[in-house]
Amino acid sequence: MKRVNAVVIGAGAAGGIVAKELSTAGLSVVMLERGKWYTAHDCRKDDLRNQRTTVLGNAFGPEDEGNPRVWMSANGAPHIALPSEGAYQNNAACVGGGTLSYGAQAWRYMPQDFRMRSTYGAPEGSSLEDWPISYDDLEPFYDKAEYEIGISGDYSGTPFKGPRRRDLPMPPLAPNREFGILESAAKRLGLHPFHLPMARNSVPYNGRGPCMRCRWCCGFACEVDAKNGSQNTVIPVALASGNCELRTECMVTEILTDDRGRARGVSYVDGDGHRQEQLADIVVVAGCATESARLLLNSKSRMFPNGLGNRYDQVGRHLQGHHYTGAVGYFDFDTYDDVGPGASIAICDYNHGSPGLCGGGMLANEFIRLPIHMVDKVPNGTQRWGLAHKQAMRAYHKRSIVIMGPTQQIPMAAGRMTVVTSVKDKWGLPVVRFEGNVHAHTYEIGEVQAKRAEAWLKEAGAVSTSLMSYTSELVSAGQHQAGTCRMGDDAKGSVVNKFCQIHDVDNVFVIDGSVHVTNGGFNPALTIMAVAYYASDALVRNWKGTGFKS
Amino acid sequence: MLNRRQFMAASALASAALATGCRDRLRHRYVVLTDEEAETLTAICDQIIPADDFPSASQAGVLTFIDLQLRGPYKRHRRTYLLGLRRANLSCRNRFGMAVGGATPQQQLEIVREMERQDRQFFELVRSHTMQGYYGSPRHGGNRDAVSWRMLGLDEPPLRGRAQYDFTAGSKP
Repeated sequence: MKRVNAVVIGAGAAGGIVAKELSTAGLSVVMLERGKWYTAHDCRKDDLRNQRTTVLGNAFGPEDEGNPRVWMSANGAPHIALPSEGAYQNNAACVGGGTLSYGAQAWRYMPQDFRMRSTYGAPEGSSLEDWPISYDDLEPFYDKAEYEIGISGDYSGTPFKGPRRRDLPMPPLAPNREFGILESAAKRLGLHPFHLPMARNSVPYNGRGPCMRCRWCCGFACEVDAKNGSQNTVIPVALASGNCELRTECMVTEILTDDRGRARGVSYVDGDGHRQEQLADIVVVAGCATESARLLLNSKSRMFPNGLGNRYDQVGRHLQGHHYTGAVGYFDFDTYDDVGPGASIAICDYNHGSPGLCGGGMLANEFIRLPIHMVDKVPNGTQRWGLAHKQAMRAYHKRSIVIMGPTQQIPMAAGRMTVVTSVKDKWGLPVVRFEGNVHAHTYEIGEVQAKRAEAWLKEAGAVSTSLMSYTSELVSAGQHQAGTCRMGDDAKGSVVNKFCQIHDVDNVFVIDGSVHVTNGGFNPALTIMAVAYYASDALVRNWKGTGFKS
Repeated sequence: MLNRRQFMAASALASAALATGCRDRLRHRYVVLTDEEAETLTAICDQIIPADDFPSASQAGVLTFIDLQLRGPYKRHRRTYLLGLRRANLSCRNRFGMAVGGATPQQQLEIVREMERQDRQFFELVRSHTMQGYYGSPRHGGNRDAVSWRMLGLDEPPLRGRAQYDFTAGSKP
C-alpha cells in the first residue's frame, strides 16, 4: 500500500468531513470504513429492520453475527449484547455512519452548553466540565456545516440560541398538523416554539430534490436522497478531489506506532479477510465514541501499554448519550396526517435557567410513529394485550402526539466503557464493555422535562397523557454516544487537546463525538460536524508537508 | 403440440392439482413449529390479538411470521418456544384435561393470564413477536395484506411523493 498523508478511520459524520477538508487542501487521504456503501436500492422501508427498530437486525450494520459487546448490570454481572439489542448502544456501520439513516435533527448547542461547569458547578460525583473551546470558536464551523451539509428550518421563533451570522440555507418544511396543534398551545404557555433545524432538503439543494414527506424517516435511509449525511455531501466531494480513496468493509485493528512513540499508520483487515497495513503521516480516528475508544485501547505497544492516549486512564470515561423523557398526549380529534418526517416543532425554553437543575434539554414532537411504535404507547392503565389493547391501538394511533427531548447528561468518570479480552469479535479483537450508570441528577432533570412535555400536551387539548420517564441500570450511549476521548487543556484529565490531537502523540487525532466534554441538550450530529470542520481547519493550517509537526 | 382446447384443459387440471397441493401443504405449513406447537401458539397469539371486525393475530399471519423468524434472526429463541409451549400445554392439561389448542376460548384466556404471571419471560417474548408480526411490515410474513395498517386507517399502499411545499419559493440566496 502506498504511503499517504492521512488515514481516516470511519466514514461517518466526522470522518467524511475530515476526508473532504484534507483531500481538497491537497493531502492524500485513505478513508477506511468497516461497513458497506449502501445505495438507494438498499433503502427498504422495513418497520422491523432499520436503525431504530432493530428487532430483526440492523439495516445498516453491524450484523448480529460476530460483533458482540458486554454490559454490566447493577449487581456486577456481565451480559452479552447483540448489535440489534438496546444494551449494545449501537450507532451504525456504513458509509455515512449514523447520518445515512438518522432523523437528521441538526442542532447547534447553546453557548452555555460549552461552559456547563462554570454555569452550574459540578454536582457531587460528576465530572461536569467546560469545553476548552467556546460557542464562538465553533460558530463559523457550525455555519459551514449548515451550508455544506444542507440544513432547513427557522430559528427566528426562539430567543434561546447563540448568535449566528446568517439564516439557515433552506426554509423549513411546510408545517404538519401536529405543528399547528402545538404551536398555539406553546405560545399560550408563554413558550417560544419554532421550526426545528433538519439536515433535510425542503427545497432542491446541493443537486438533489426535496423531501417527499413519507412515513419512513428516522432510522431509514432516504429513498429520494433528500436527507443529508456525509455519504451524499462531503464524501463525494472528497472522492472527486482525486486525493481521497475510500475502502469499505475494512476493519482497522490497531494504530501502529514507532520507537519514538509516533504513529506510522494502521493495520486493518480488508473485506477478503487479508491483513493490510496503511502507512500514513497522520492518523485520524473517527469511528464514534465507543469504537474510537476501543481502537485506542486495543492499540497497545511497549510505549503505550494501556493503549494509545490512555496514559492517565481517561480513554472510555465520561461516556454519555442523552436521557430521553417526555409524554404522550391522547386527543379526541385526529392529530395524525401521515406527513413525514413528523418532528417539526421545538422549544429551547427549558435548556438552561431552571432553578435547581443543571441544564435541561430541548423538547420537540416526535417523528411519525409507525404502528409498531404505538404498541407500548397506548394510555397508561390499558391492558397490554387482548381486545382492549387492540382497540386502544385503533382509537389512539391517529389521535396521539409524543413530545420528548434529549436531557443533557451529567457525565461521570465511572460511567464508561473499556475493552474486555475474554470476549472477541469476528476479527479477534477485544470488544467494548459498558460499566457504570448515569448520574442521578440526570434522572431528576429528565423527570421535570417529562412533566413539562405533559403540560404542553394538556394545553394543546390532550384529554389524557402518559409520562415517559424512567431510570436505567446501564450507562447511556446509543446513537448520541459521546465523551470517551474528552477534549481538554489538562493532559491528565483529558485525551485530546483543543485541536483534537492526542496529548502525547502529536500525529494521532480523534475527531468525532468522542471529544465532546458535555453533549448538550440536543441531537449531537451538527456539533460533531462543526467540530470536524474546526479540527480539520487547524490541522490543514498546521500541516507542513510529510512529517507533520504541530 | 397442444392445441388451445387441450392447453386449457391441461392447465385447469394443473391448477386443480396445485390447489390441492397447497391445501395439503397448509396442514404442515410451518417449518420449525410442529402442528401441535402451532395449534398451541395460535391459541396464545389469538388471545394477545383477538379478532374483532379485523382479523386476529393468526388470521393476519403472525404464525407465519414467527415460524419464518425462527429460521432467521430468532433462531436463538427456538428452544424457548419449544419449552414454553410445552409448559403451557402441560399446565392446560393439568387444569382442563386437554392441550391449549383444544380448550375453550375462556380457558385459553386463563392459561395466557397464568403465563403472564408465572412464565413472564416467555410470555413477553411471545407478546412482542405477536405485535411485531401483526403491526410490522408485511414482507416478513405477518400483517397479511397490510391488514393492521388499514385497520389503523393508514393509506395502503402509502401515498408517496406528495409535494406539500411550494417549489416556487426556491432556496434563499
